[in-house]
Amino acid sequence: MIEVKNLTKVFNKTNTVLNDISINIQKGEKVVIIGPSGSGKSTFLRCLNLLEKPTGGEIWFEGEQINSKKCNINKIRQKMGMVFQQFNLFPHFTILENITFAPVKLKLMTKEEATKRAEELLARINLLDKRDVYPSTLSGGQKQRIAIIRALAMNPDVMLFDEPTSALDPEMVGEVLDLMKELANEGMTMIVVTHEMGFAKEVGNRILFMDEGKIVEEGTPVEFFNNTQTERAKDFLSKVLI
Amino acid sequence: MEFFTTIQEAFEKTFIRQNRYMFFVDGLKNTLKIALLATLIGILLGILIAVIKVLHKQTGGKLKILNAIAEIYTTVIRGTPIVVQLLIFYNIIFRTSQNAVMIGVLTFGVNSGAYVAEIIRAGIMAVDIGQTEAGRSLGLNQFQTMLYIVLPQALKNVLPALGNEFIAVLKETSVIGYVGVVDLTRAAERVMSSTAEVYFPYISIALVYLAMVYGLSALLHKMERRLARSDRS
Repeated sequence: MIEVKNLTKVFNKTNTVLNDISINIQKGEKVVIIGPSGSGKSTFLRCLNLLEKPTGGEIWFEGEQINSKKCNINKIRQKMGMVFQQFNLFPHFTILENITFAPVKLKLMTKEEATKRAEELLARINLLDKRDVYPSTLSGGQKQRIAIIRALAMNPDVMLFDEPTSALDPEMVGEVLDLMKELANEGMTMIVVTHEMGFAKEVGNRILFMDEGKIVEEGTPVEFFNNTQTERAKDFLSKVLI
Repeated sequence: MEFFTTIQEAFEKTFIRQNRYMFFVDGLKNTLKIALLATLIGILLGILIAVIKVLHKQTGGKLKILNAIAEIYTTVIRGTPIVVQLLIFYNIIFRTSQNAVMIGVLTFGVNSGAYVAEIIRAGIMAVDIGQTEAGRSLGLNQFQTMLYIVLPQALKNVLPALGNEFIAVLKETSVIGYVGVVDLTRAAERVMSSTAEVYFPYISIALVYLAMVYGLSALLHKMERRLARSDRS
C-alpha cells in the first residue's frame, strides 16, 4: 500500500534528517515507529503525506508516486488521515463543523451525509453532546479523540499518528489509546509515531526503531522487545522501559 | 444676556439662515459614502495583498510577479502622503473623470489597502502553522486552507488593529476638499467663509466626527465580543 524507496530529507542543505530509508507497508498493518527524539520519526511520518517535501527518493501510495510533479497531493491526502500531537482542531468551528467541513467542501459527501456520519462517529466516542460546542471547551483527551474521528470521517485508507498522546495529561492518554486500539482491531492500516511502549507492544505488528535518520532495527513486537538485536535499541529500551 | 444673544445669533447664522445646515448634511453624506466605500475597497485589497505575500512565502517563491506588484504597492502607498496621492489620482490618473467623489473613494480605498494588508499579514503569521497542516492533511488545497481555516482566525486576531485603520480612514477623508468635493470639513469651511463664524462650524463638525468614531468603536467592540464566543473555556 505504501512503498518508500531510498527516502532522504535534508534540512538547510547540511542537516540530514532522513538517510536513505526504504520500507514497504501492507494494507492492514500497524506499524509503530519508535526512537529517541531527533531521530527523524516525525519527519519520516510527515514525508508520507508530503507535509515535508522529501529531498530524494520515492514514495508510492496505492500505485501512485506521490512525490512527483504529476501527482495531485490533495486527492492523495483525502485517503491518508493524519493526527497531530497538538490536535490542531479548528478553533473557529464547532465540533460538528470540524468534522464535516472537509468532506463537504471537497464534495465527498453532502452536508446531510457528512452530518450523519459525524454524529455516528461522535456517538461512538460518547461525545455526541459536544457536537455544537467549540474546541476550547474540551479537555485534551476529548480534543484528540475528535481529531481522530475528524480524520476518520474522510474514510481514509491509512491513518498517520504523530505522537498523538505526547501533549496529553497522563490521565487522558488511556482514552486516546483505547480509541486507537479499536481502530486497529477494525483493520485500519496505521502508522504510529509514539513513546507509548505498551501500545507498541500490544497493537503494533511491526516495530521500526529509528535513530539518526535511519531505520536501525525492525521486527515484530516480540522480536524487538524480547530479543533486541542492536546496541542502540537496547540502550534506548533500557532508558524508556523502567 | 448680551452674551447669549451673540451665541444665538452665531448659531442661527451658521445653521438656520439660508438653510445652511443642509451644507453640513450634504457634506456628512459625502464623508460617510467615501469612508464606507473606501473601507470596503481597503479590506478587499488588503486581504488580497496579504494572501499573495503569505502564499508567495509559503510556496517558496512561486508567485514572483504578483508578489513584486504587492511589494511595490505597499511601499509606494505607505511612502507617500495621502494628499499627494489624492492629487495624483485626481489630476493625472483620472484627469478625464468628473466624478471627484468616486476618485476619492478609490484613493482612500487604495491607500487603506496597503495598511490593511500589513495588519492582516501579521494576523496570518500569528495563526499556528498546525492549522494549515491540519487543513492540508484533510485534502484541502492551499487556497481553501487559507480562505476557510487561516484567514478567519487571522481576521479575528487583528480586529482591534483593523478598527484603528477604519477610524483613520474615516478621519482622513477630511482632505477630500483638496479636489473640490464638499465633505463635512469642506462644508464647515464654506459656511465659515460666507458667515465669518468660526466657532460653530468647526466645533460642530469636530463633534460629528467624534460621534462617528465613537459609534464605530462601539460597533467594533461588539464584533470583537461576538467573535470571541469560541474562546471561552
